Amino acid sequence: MNTPLPLEQTSLPMIRALGLIALVSGVLIVVAYEQTAPRIERNRQQAIDAAVFALLPGAQTRRDFVLATNTLRAATVADQGDRLYAGYDSDGQLRGLVLPGAAAGYQGVVSLLYSYDIACACVTGMRVLQSLETPGLGDRIGSDAAFLQNFHQLDARLDAAGNRPAHAIVTVRHGRRQQAWEIDAIAGATISSRAVGKAIARSTEHWLPAVHAQISLLQGAAHEH
Amino acid sequence: MNTEQPLTADTFLAGLWRENPVFVTVLGMCPTLAVSNSVLNALAMGLATTFVLIGSGALVSLLRNVIPRAVRIACYIAIIATFVTVVDYLIQAISLRLYQALGAFIQLIVVNCIILGRAEAYASRHPPLASMINAAGNGLGFTLALLCLGTVRELLGSGSLLGIPLLGPQFAPWVIMLLPPGGFFVLGGWLLLFNWRQRKQGVKIPVAEVHRHGA
Repeated sequence: MNTPLPLEQTSLPMIRALGLIALVSGVLIVVAYEQTAPRIERNRQQAIDAAVFALLPGAQTRRDFVLATNTLRAATVADQGDRLYAGYDSDGQLRGLVLPGAAAGYQGVVSLLYSYDIACACVTGMRVLQSLETPGLGDRIGSDAAFLQNFHQLDARLDAAGNRPAHAIVTVRHGRRQQAWEIDAIAGATISSRAVGKAIARSTEHWLPAVHAQISLLQGAAHEH
Repeated sequence: MNTEQPLTADTFLAGLWRENPVFVTVLGMCPTLAVSNSVLNALAMGLATTFVLIGSGALVSLLRNVIPRAVRIACYIAIIATFVTVVDYLIQAISLRLYQALGAFIQLIVVNCIILGRAEAYASRHPPLASMINAAGNGLGFTLALLCLGTVRELLGSGSLLGIPLLGPQFAPWVIMLLPPGGFFVLGGWLLLFNWRQRKQGVKIPVAEVHRHGA
């Protein structure tokens, strides 16, 4: 009969090997993170810049804001979560706002940005940031010209008290659009189209009351740092 | 048991062709089917996997005399996960668009059985240089296979290669090629071609090698 090996001959090598690998892994991951983090952040900022400036023609700079306890304030580096982007032209005039939205689509979350014009209280453009929708069907929400036309003057007015949207933005079946706050779905991609409508509806409800309550903050932020 | 094989050209070439991880040993099917819908995705996934294969092969080999058999799988997975995390950061630093296109499949390289298979069957029994060369061969073999699928799928599914339209505006894309069934069709086609060619040449598929790798 074999006598079991003493503890230090079985357990110690295991602990030593696992400890050593944890140490080596830790060092490798931290070094890789430190080396790539600035570049990743720059890529993120460039991607946001590209989307914001494409949605707001004429805008050349942007300022970021966050919503904390129903009040907008300028975003700091430490702020996590969704941001509102305000775009300004070279004279520091506010050209419009770009807001984030997200909702569940056919295969995963559809996340998007849309531009909002304070004067007309309407959505003026939309851009899909990320989606896993079916190629050739659902993914047309980002490219179908007729569908994108929905977002050129989409009514997003608030009610008289300014607390909530006057009409909830809603996606209707293809060819049934009648109101300025309705989105005409893509035929064959109703679920993906609804996700876009839902994302914008939720986002307008969340952000717009604060936006309209603090217009002067947004308009005057161009030169602040 | 000393199963060390000498370092030859075959150390590199076996994984590239004769024991190609996709076409011969049929491993790593999840990323093969999922991200081979365009040439760029296929190339990026292939190279990311190659990086993880080489890095983890080197580290497993360096530590092969320190790692007790009882905890070897935990050790290999920790090492593989480390290199996957590194490659995840690298791809984000190179291009966010590419990172988004590859989605969760970058993180899923951790559970790619080609890598664990190489760690277990080769790197744990060979010195670092041979392990890295063998890993590079397998990684490039995997990349080659993904490119074979990606080329056909992008050409038929989008009418383009590397995003450049090739088949003209009259071409109606076969959308199914971009969807999972298209992945199966094209993989089936390539497997048919590979097996037919090997049978014609009288090459025997190394069954023992396949079984040693596991699935």
